[in-house]
Amino acid sequence: MRAASAKPGNAANERFQHPDVMMDFTEDQIQRYSRQIILPDVGGKGQRKLLEAKVLLIGAGGLGSPIALYLGAAGIGTIGLIDGDVVDLSNLQRQVLHTTNTVGVPKVESGRRLLAALNPDVTVNTYQENIGMDNIMKLLPEYDIVLDGSDNFGTRFLVNDACFFAKKTLISGSIFRFEGQLTTIKPHEGYPCYRCLYPEPPPAGLVPNCQEAGVLGVLAGTIGILQANEAIKEILGLGDTLADRLLIYDALEMKFRKVGRPKDPKCPLCSDNPTITTLEEHHVSCSI
Amino acid sequence: MITVRIPTPLRPMTGGKGEVEATGGSVLELIDHLNGAHPGLKDRICDEQGEVRRFINIYVNEEDIRFLTGKETPLKDGDEVSIVPAIAGGSHG
Repeated sequence: MRAASAKPGNAANERFQHPDVMMDFTEDQIQRYSRQIILPDVGGKGQRKLLEAKVLLIGAGGLGSPIALYLGAAGIGTIGLIDGDVVDLSNLQRQVLHTTNTVGVPKVESGRRLLAALNPDVTVNTYQENIGMDNIMKLLPEYDIVLDGSDNFGTRFLVNDACFFAKKTLISGSIFRFEGQLTTIKPHEGYPCYRCLYPEPPPAGLVPNCQEAGVLGVLAGTIGILQANEAIKEILGLGDTLADRLLIYDALEMKFRKVGRPKDPKCPLCSDNPTITTLEEHHVSCSI
Repeated sequence: MITVRIPTPLRPMTGGKGEVEATGGSVLELIDHLNGAHPGLKDRICDEQGEVRRFINIYVNEEDIRFLTGKETPLKDGDEVSIVPAIAGGSHG
C-alpha cells in the first residue's frame, strides 16, 4: 500500500489534506474514488463510511448484478452475495455480473470474480445457497444493509420479517415485464414494513415469474441501480428516504411515480399488536 | 373523468393501454365501470367477496385506499387512480 500524497491543484487531493482523512487512504484509493470524494456530501469521511459498510445482496441475478457492480465500484467494503444458482446463458441478457466465460459457474463465484477484477478494495463473501429460514438469521448480524433482488414472494416476506427482527434496513426492488417497484424498509426507525405495503402475497400460480412473463434487461438495470443509490444514501445519511414511499417505474411510458406507503396499524409484524412475534411464525411458502 | 393507471400485468385486459379514463363516485363504482368497458378486470382486482385482493393496492392521488375508506373512498373529476399489484421479479428467470 502506498501512502497518500496530496497533489496541488487537485480538488480531491486538497480535500484529503485534512490529516484525519489523509492517513486513511492509499494513493490508488484517492485516485479511484476521486470523483465521488469531491462531492460536497461525500468527502473523505463519506468514502470511509462506504469502505466500512457491509451490505448483503439477496440474489446475484437481474437486480443483484447492477447492485453489486455499482456498490463495488463505489467502494462498499464488504458485499455478501447469496444465491444458489449457477450462471445460465439465458441469464446474460440482464445479469451483467456474469459473462459468457462463467456460464455453468455458481453465480456467487462468478460475481466474486468480476467484483475482484473491478475493485480490490471490496471483500466479497459468497454463500452458494438459497436464502431461507435456516440461514437468514445467521447472516444478517454480519451486515448493515440488505438489498432484496429475489424473484419470489416467499423470499420477500421472509427477508422482510427477518430484517424486522434483526433491525436491519432493507432496500427492496422488484421488476415485472416493463414495470419496477422500489422502496426502503426500516420499521426499526418507525417506518412501515413490506407487510404494511402488501399484507399477503398473491396465491401461487396467479402471478407469472420472469421466466414465464419475460423481463427487459435494462429494467433490471434501472431498478437495481436505484437500489444501489438508496443504499449509498442510507450509508451516507444523504437525501430523502423512500421509507414512506413506493417508487413505481413504468419503462414503456417512461414515468416515475411515488405513492404513499403508510404504516399499517393492523400490520401482523410491525404494529403495536403483532401476531407474528418470531420468524418461525411467518407463514409464506417460498414456492410462491 | 378519472384517470386510471393500469399495471403491466393487467394491460392485456385494456388492449395494452397503461392509462384509461373512467367514471365513478367511489372506487367501487369505478371498478364496476372499468369492468363494463374491460370485462374480467374486476375479477383480477377483487376477490369472490368483492373485496380488493390483498396483494393489490389502489391509490387515489397517491394515497392507499386501505388507509382512507377502502373501496368506498369517494372520487371526483380529475382524480388519478393507480392500481398497483405486488411484483416479485428480480433474480432468476
